[in-house]
Amino acid sequence: MPTRRRRAALALLIPLALLAPACGDDSGSDEAGGGDPDASGESIVVYSGRDLELVEPLFEDFTEASGIEIEVRDGDSAELAAQLLEEGDGTEADVFFSQEVGAIGALSKAGLMGSLPDEVVQRVDERFQPKESTDWVGITGRSRVIVMNPDLVDEAPTSVLDLTDEQYRGQVAWVPGNASFQAFITAFRVSVGEEEAAQWLEDMKANDAQIYEGNTEVLEAVNNGDIGLGLINHYYWARTLPEVGGPEEIGSDLIFPEGDDPGALVNATAAGVLAGAEDDPAALEFIEYLLSEEGQTYFATETYEYPLIEGVDDPADIPALEELEGPDLDLTDLDSLEETQALLTEAGLLS
Amino acid sequence: MAATLVLLPLTHLVLRATEGGWDAVEVTLWRPRTLDLVGRTIGLALVVTVACLVIGVTAAWLVVRTDLPGRRLWQVVLGLPLAVPSYVAAFAWLGWRPELAGRTGATVVLVSISYPYVYLPVLAALRRADPTVEEVARSLGRGPVAVFLTVTLRQVRVAAAGGSLLVGLYVLSDFGAVSIMRYEVLTTVIYRSYRASFDRTPAAVLGCVLVVITLLVVGAESRVRRGERQDRVGGGAERPAAPVRLGRWTAPALAGLVAVIAAALGVPAQRIVYWVQRGTSQSDHADVWDAAGSSLTAASVGALATVLVALPVGILSARYAGRLSRGVTAAAYAGHSLPGIVVALSMVFFGIRVLPSLYQRLPVLILAYVVLFLSLAIGAVHASIAQVPPALDDVARTLGRTQLQAWREITLRLATPGIGAGAALVFLVVMKELPATLLLRPTGMETLAVGMWRQTSSAQYAAAAPYAAAIVVLSSIPTAILTLPGRRR
Repeated sequence: MPTRRRRAALALLIPLALLAPACGDDSGSDEAGGGDPDASGESIVVYSGRDLELVEPLFEDFTEASGIEIEVRDGDSAELAAQLLEEGDGTEADVFFSQEVGAIGALSKAGLMGSLPDEVVQRVDERFQPKESTDWVGITGRSRVIVMNPDLVDEAPTSVLDLTDEQYRGQVAWVPGNASFQAFITAFRVSVGEEEAAQWLEDMKANDAQIYEGNTEVLEAVNNGDIGLGLINHYYWARTLPEVGGPEEIGSDLIFPEGDDPGALVNATAAGVLAGAEDDPAALEFIEYLLSEEGQTYFATETYEYPLIEGVDDPADIPALEELEGPDLDLTDLDSLEETQALLTEAGLLS
Repeated sequence: MAATLVLLPLTHLVLRATEGGWDAVEVTLWRPRTLDLVGRTIGLALVVTVACLVIGVTAAWLVVRTDLPGRRLWQVVLGLPLAVPSYVAAFAWLGWRPELAGRTGATVVLVSISYPYVYLPVLAALRRADPTVEEVARSLGRGPVAVFLTVTLRQVRVAAAGGSLLVGLYVLSDFGAVSIMRYEVLTTVIYRSYRASFDRTPAAVLGCVLVVITLLVVGAESRVRRGERQDRVGGGAERPAAPVRLGRWTAPALAGLVAVIAAALGVPAQRIVYWVQRGTSQSDHADVWDAAGSSLTAASVGALATVLVALPVGILSARYAGRLSRGVTAAAYAGHSLPGIVVALSMVFFGIRVLPSLYQRLPVLILAYVVLFLSLAIGAVHASIAQVPPALDDVARTLGRTQLQAWREITLRLATPGIGAGAALVFLVVMKELPATLLLRPTGMETLAVGMWRQTSSAQYAAAAPYAAAIVVLSSIPTAILTLPGRRR
């Protein structure tokens, strides 16, 4: 008996023993992060759909410049939007910084976003503003691209329309569940036409396009030579360069489709203030900082995204934002996500 | 309280599924694709469960009942794959063998990390089983194979069925392996639905479908268990059985176990090393240590809380089985089979309305863990209490103990090892949990799983590797405890 009990005690005690020092850690971070954020006016809560690694230094710069502390909760943009929808009016969030326009647009539609001053929204190019409201503002631009492994592909495609060609059979990776991909399909529907978009999806499927879970996995697969081509966003490639040791080492090239090809869509990350924080000057100051010269330069050099205000240089090694044309549409035309999903569902690519 | 807790996600699910009206439910339900997904989901769960059953029972028998070389070491090593998160294993396999993407890859990964759910309880059952029954069978002229099939398997039947149930439910709820292997099942579609659309009805309807499947599976398992008495007052011998001589089967048996371990531990380990060597991104060691601290806090408190809530339910269902305990147990199993994001969003909904001051603080996160993993603890409590003969309590009472004293001094004392094992199991699944942790953690709290998610989502694999390694190593501690042999009196 005693040995059995000792063993059981061991099973319970080890986690407990490990817990003791950890508890100290936790209460420490609770003090740092806890408390009512609105009480002092010196702190804001930001729900960020952006990779924290990438934006945290910028958030720290903001705190240093303004004296306003930021409590960040990071996650997937759409999951955070789902969380904000569940939280409703009770949310502690002051700012939502979304990976794409769709998630913040859904919150705007549900009446959960507050308005931004016109002059703040108008700081960016017209195509990165909401059409009917001032519920959010574009922060950075991101272009759709075709990534290609030159060892596996003889003739480089110049348009997404080429990808249904027999020579690319089984050689194209795509991510039907990804929000950027769906924005691209929405652009296809809106700019080229519903029937053409449906036909393209059918032809791609018939050409054995491979479904991947995420852009990172697509890029990895193309770099490794598992597949010849992939449909991703430009910065996935650009930011992987330092990790693998430069453009010669990565194993793939980027193709920016030309003209009004829907595959050349330039989409935006966006930020806005939640309805409950509409009159909070600290929340607005944060949005303005993201659109400041420091903020925009940071994105161009650190996340390889396109800055949206005048006077900040585009990222190195890729074409300038002005050179990118993309489909003839307004970003707010991309709010018909449900129709896109219905189309993808009908094509058997989504449920 | 347990009943209220486990009903939260189900209530929320029904609320969300029906908010668009019955028509919207029917649209999702009667899509041909829904039937297809249900078929794929059940098919995957069946194949993985059967494979885990075969591997788990065979492995346990080899290390307990044969003269296999190094069997003491094998006993521990074979339990360790439980410590590998499915997303780590799947990512490693896909990096190594990309052509496995799809059903094959998902099956391989899920089998390699979840067979210990069968192996561990069968190992315990074999150690506890009375070898004299087998000896009698052999003295009556049965060969070793016939004895294994007719006697040994019967003795471990309940343990194997319970383990299979956990495997089946795990496969139903798993997102990491199927999504990385690009095999479409209900969970991948539910996640995608939440991520890609802000119409939550389809996801909730499919969640309800998953719950129905779970209830059917749980019903099937309890059928196996029905009428089985598991307690033993005495007279039986808990002593090592005379080992079966493997003879010329030694080499194939060893090769089989090596293959299992290579698949379950070797591939992920090799890949973690590869990421570290290839990449230049680095993680801050202090960050990894902090994350390890948070993970240990969350896992320890989560395990304790879950076992505390499970105790009354497990005791009720073992001693005074009734509608309430059966209902709570079934609902707890349903919670375990739902993808983490579904449970997490229901806790967001109720947390911010009912406990606003504790929302996004540790207590609500812990409650989410309880809802997610209660079934693991209930199973352990139930099994260990059921093994204690109620007659012992009666004897103690005739000797003057009150009912509570008798219960504390006899039943609880004898059941403690099993309950401790349940706590260890919950501890290690909490270590691996991501979606609920991400939405509900206190602001600023980093667990290892969150750290790893963050690094891989920004393509920094080398920096993600220490987090992955830390998860595996820290989870190995409770896993090893689960496999330790209870020394005999």
